[in-house]
Amino acid sequence: MSDFINGSAGGSGGGCGKEGGCGCGSQSNSGSDIASAADFLETGQPQTRRGFMKAAAALAMTTLAPGITLFAVGGGSAEARPLDEAASSKVRWGMLIDASKCDDGCTKCVSACSTENGWKDNGRPDTDAQWIRAVTLKNRKTGATQTLPMMCQHCEKPPCVDVCPTGASFKRADGIVLVNKHTCIGCRYCMMACPYGARSFIHEPLEDQKDYAPRGKGTVESCTLCVHRIDEGRLPACVETCNAEAGGALMFGDLNDPNSEISKRIATYASIELRSGLQLNTGVRYQNI
Amino acid sequence: MTSMRIVKFILSIWIMVIGVSLPGQLLAAESSLLPSIAKGKGDKCVLPTEYMRRNHMDLLDHQRDETVLDGVRTKQFSLKGCVSCHAVKGGDGKAVTVKDPKHFCASCHNYAAVRVDCFDCHASRPGEKDQFGGLKSKPAGHDVAALKSYLHSGSQTSLRGRDK
Repeated sequence: MSDFINGSAGGSGGGCGKEGGCGCGSQSNSGSDIASAADFLETGQPQTRRGFMKAAAALAMTTLAPGITLFAVGGGSAEARPLDEAASSKVRWGMLIDASKCDDGCTKCVSACSTENGWKDNGRPDTDAQWIRAVTLKNRKTGATQTLPMMCQHCEKPPCVDVCPTGASFKRADGIVLVNKHTCIGCRYCMMACPYGARSFIHEPLEDQKDYAPRGKGTVESCTLCVHRIDEGRLPACVETCNAEAGGALMFGDLNDPNSEISKRIATYASIELRSGLQLNTGVRYQNI
Repeated sequence: MTSMRIVKFILSIWIMVIGVSLPGQLLAAESSLLPSIAKGKGDKCVLPTEYMRRNHMDLLDHQRDETVLDGVRTKQFSLKGCVSCHAVKGGDGKAVTVKDPKHFCASCHNYAAVRVDCFDCHASRPGEKDQFGGLKSKPAGHDVAALKSYLHSGSQTSLRGRDK
């Protein structure tokens, strides 16, 4: 029944090739499609978008991001969200990935993430950190291949949060799923629970981490959607790089804002969430898989 | 008897002198062992030094939860702020890491024998800065017009330099 099999993984880690480790194909059972046909059977307005129109569009300000709320001041000058203001649940950050724009073998988003956040290949693909990886899917019938990036899908109902015994795995108000490394005990239960194999564990003592992206031995980590960038009104590193240097396959925006480009595109064209049968309402969606 | 008294008198004087001078000598010896704490940038710390010495850990503890859980990124009690303001330059002109006993945190914590694990994860010296004001890459988001067109009405290619 499965048209797609998990072929090979690109990127620095290449960890997708390991048996049962990456979760994107071989982890559960061989018959489970990464992109379930159920996605296309959902008719009409997807449930996940229903609440979008309810979002207060009548605000006197234009919310671009928590960090870059635009206030209509005088001639349209802009102000960042005050530093002392908490992330708001009025926003839900999401990403739309147009797989048709991903070039075969392109790993620019992977290297951008690695450079930005300071994780790297230690030559141990089974255990190396991998916040994002390039996955190649191969259609068993036709042999056609397709590359797409895989990372934390920032679920609305994240299984990693459900299972965490200390509450270290959590979802921020604006929908970003994170690990609070101050309370993470490194049990790796969340890694087992994640349907996308998106999390990794740090085995080595580290030095000279990025000052904006703390990471250390004994904790679990995954894509943070570049939360440090979002908080200062910038785009995630992968999105920025893909748009500047590659095919522009990644789109980032506020899923709660019906006027955002990402919401409009999702409302106009068919898109899917991976392993949609789990009904996690992921913040990362895919097109043209 | 008088000679005995004289001896006792001299002995007591001697003991008094020793009693006064010995702690002084000990103190003098001890002071060279006290940590030499590097001075931070600027005139004063974010709060009075005495308060910071006693309570910095609680301030940092409070701040870390606000930052991680809520995305509050005020600068007053941020660890990044401490590290950057109290950076100590080593022989190579670069800021030293916490492994160096001259490091601001290490200088005191080594003395007090209190191990800090902040720097198991956090950078113990300021990050690299470049022309983007402390950011490693161009802050596209700060180009509000470009970001607005990207997130709202424009096409996502509007941020692509080659399309301009």
